[in-house]
Amino acid sequence: MISRILATARIEANISRRNRWVLIAVLLMVVFSLVLSAAGSAPTGAIGADRLSVVVASLTSLSVYLVPLVALLMSFDAIAGEVERGTLPLLLTYPVARWEVLSGKLLAHVAILILALVAGYGAAALIAIITDPEASAGLGALWRLTWTSVLLGATFLGIGYAVSALSRRASGAAGLAIGVWLGLVVLYDLGLLAAVVADDGGIFTTQVFPVALLANPADAFRLFNLSAAEASAAASGVAGAAGTIPLWQSLGSVILWPLLALILAAMAFNRVKS
Amino acid sequence: MTSTLTISHLTKSFGGVDALSDVSLSVASGERVALLGHNGAGKSTMMKIILGLIASDSGDISVCGASPGDASARSQVAYLPENAAFHSALTGLEQITFYMRLRGVDPKGALDLLARVGLADAARRRIGTYSKGMRQRVGLAQALIGQPRLLVLDEPTSGLDPVSRRDFYELLDGLAADGAAILLSSHALTEVEARTDRLLILSGGRMVAEGSLTDLRSEAALPVALHVTAMNGYTPDLMAAFPNAIQTGRGLYLTCPQQDKLATLARISEMRGKVADLEVIPPSLEDIYSHFSRRDGQ
Repeated sequence: MISRILATARIEANISRRNRWVLIAVLLMVVFSLVLSAAGSAPTGAIGADRLSVVVASLTSLSVYLVPLVALLMSFDAIAGEVERGTLPLLLTYPVARWEVLSGKLLAHVAILILALVAGYGAAALIAIITDPEASAGLGALWRLTWTSVLLGATFLGIGYAVSALSRRASGAAGLAIGVWLGLVVLYDLGLLAAVVADDGGIFTTQVFPVALLANPADAFRLFNLSAAEASAAASGVAGAAGTIPLWQSLGSVILWPLLALILAAMAFNRVKS
Repeated sequence: MTSTLTISHLTKSFGGVDALSDVSLSVASGERVALLGHNGAGKSTMMKIILGLIASDSGDISVCGASPGDASARSQVAYLPENAAFHSALTGLEQITFYMRLRGVDPKGALDLLARVGLADAARRRIGTYSKGMRQRVGLAQALIGQPRLLVLDEPTSGLDPVSRRDFYELLDGLAADGAAILLSSHALTEVEARTDRLLILSGGRMVAEGSLTDLRSEAALPVALHVTAMNGYTPDLMAAFPNAIQTGRGLYLTCPQQDKLATLARISEMRGKVADLEVIPPSLEDIYSHFSRRDGQ
């Protein structure tokens, strides 16, 4: 079982390397992290937080958009691509279970994601630590951001596999993946914001809004990191809501979502006819 | 001999249209069986059912003593799909190494395996640069991994040149000699004629004929053709003796039923002073194949 998962992970890693996805993911994370850390370095003195904590707060806002995007880009082809190339029937005649195939792909994509995150966050953190001797105080926040980013990535990898399994063609899966990204990461927040403004402190704002934030993996990720961080004052947007939702709830959502997304992916993959 | 693959009363329909109706067959260990039929006769559907890729509507299938698609069946069955496809970014070596690992076989033998199908030089090149015939050989190489007990090959020689075809059938002979059961489909009738033990003819989802070529030939009872070449000037004499013959230049083309073959030959030999040459043309595999696949109203 393990050897079959590892074999699948190795072949997927090879494919991702050849298709430049590894390079693209690492470059995206490094470039955006560096740009953000350079742009966000000015207000440190005013807030009184160490530089790394401020960088982590900026990286959190960046990762909410970028990590799901990178994960979806890596995963949309995973099953639809095999169907379209005609490689799936042969693979399914091998003594390998569908969940093993999926696990192998997941393992490879998570490894690539970790590589990109470590490179991006690492570069930004290194600059912060070099320029600010106090910055090591923010290492805890950086660690928290890293592992929650991996979980966020795994969630969107799972969603990507599910989308890929439900589409008949890779191009359809790509379109659907972008739609999912727009919906969950961008439009969802805009919708909530509009509703909160319209509601003006009513039942929606006090009862529905916190649940709606927890129900979205990207929002839960942001909530958890911001409410856990001391530098939350430096953040903007939904950060105000972070105070009202207990930490354990956002942590629960951050941990549950990857499991949920992967179960969804496995169910969708099992429905694919060979 | 033990039967590696047994199918009885298999039926499958897609949206009300029967793809296979009441098909029964068995393939024994060490036996090479060719599955013939038009496009859409149900060959690929039957193979996919044997592999467990699609479910049958009714009927019993035993693959190496297990149900189709079971883990134990899958570990003993190899499949070569029609138009074998692989990820173009991978090299042949990487692809075969992957398949060997999935079967729990030491991937050290990957290069040897590729050499067996004539891909040693291309092993480290991307499959995207391969020709159709080379991709087909990658497909063949993966079907040879781990000494499978049953090989299901869907048009294995399509895209192969004549020399590669011969090499391919030699590989199959070796596998069958080691006790593998082989079921292959093909359009190339003349090659399966010489290289397989038994033929099955599917037509419109029904098994219309089964047996060795000799069996099928006598069952079909197709007329034998004779080509008689007359000595100079004796063509009219011969035409008079065989009024049903068709004249072709100096020769005569005549047909007779199987059972009259010897009598006809005797009549011709009586005229030996007027006959320059005689050729007996048995019905070809194409004729026999058309006979069986048309019989069912196709």
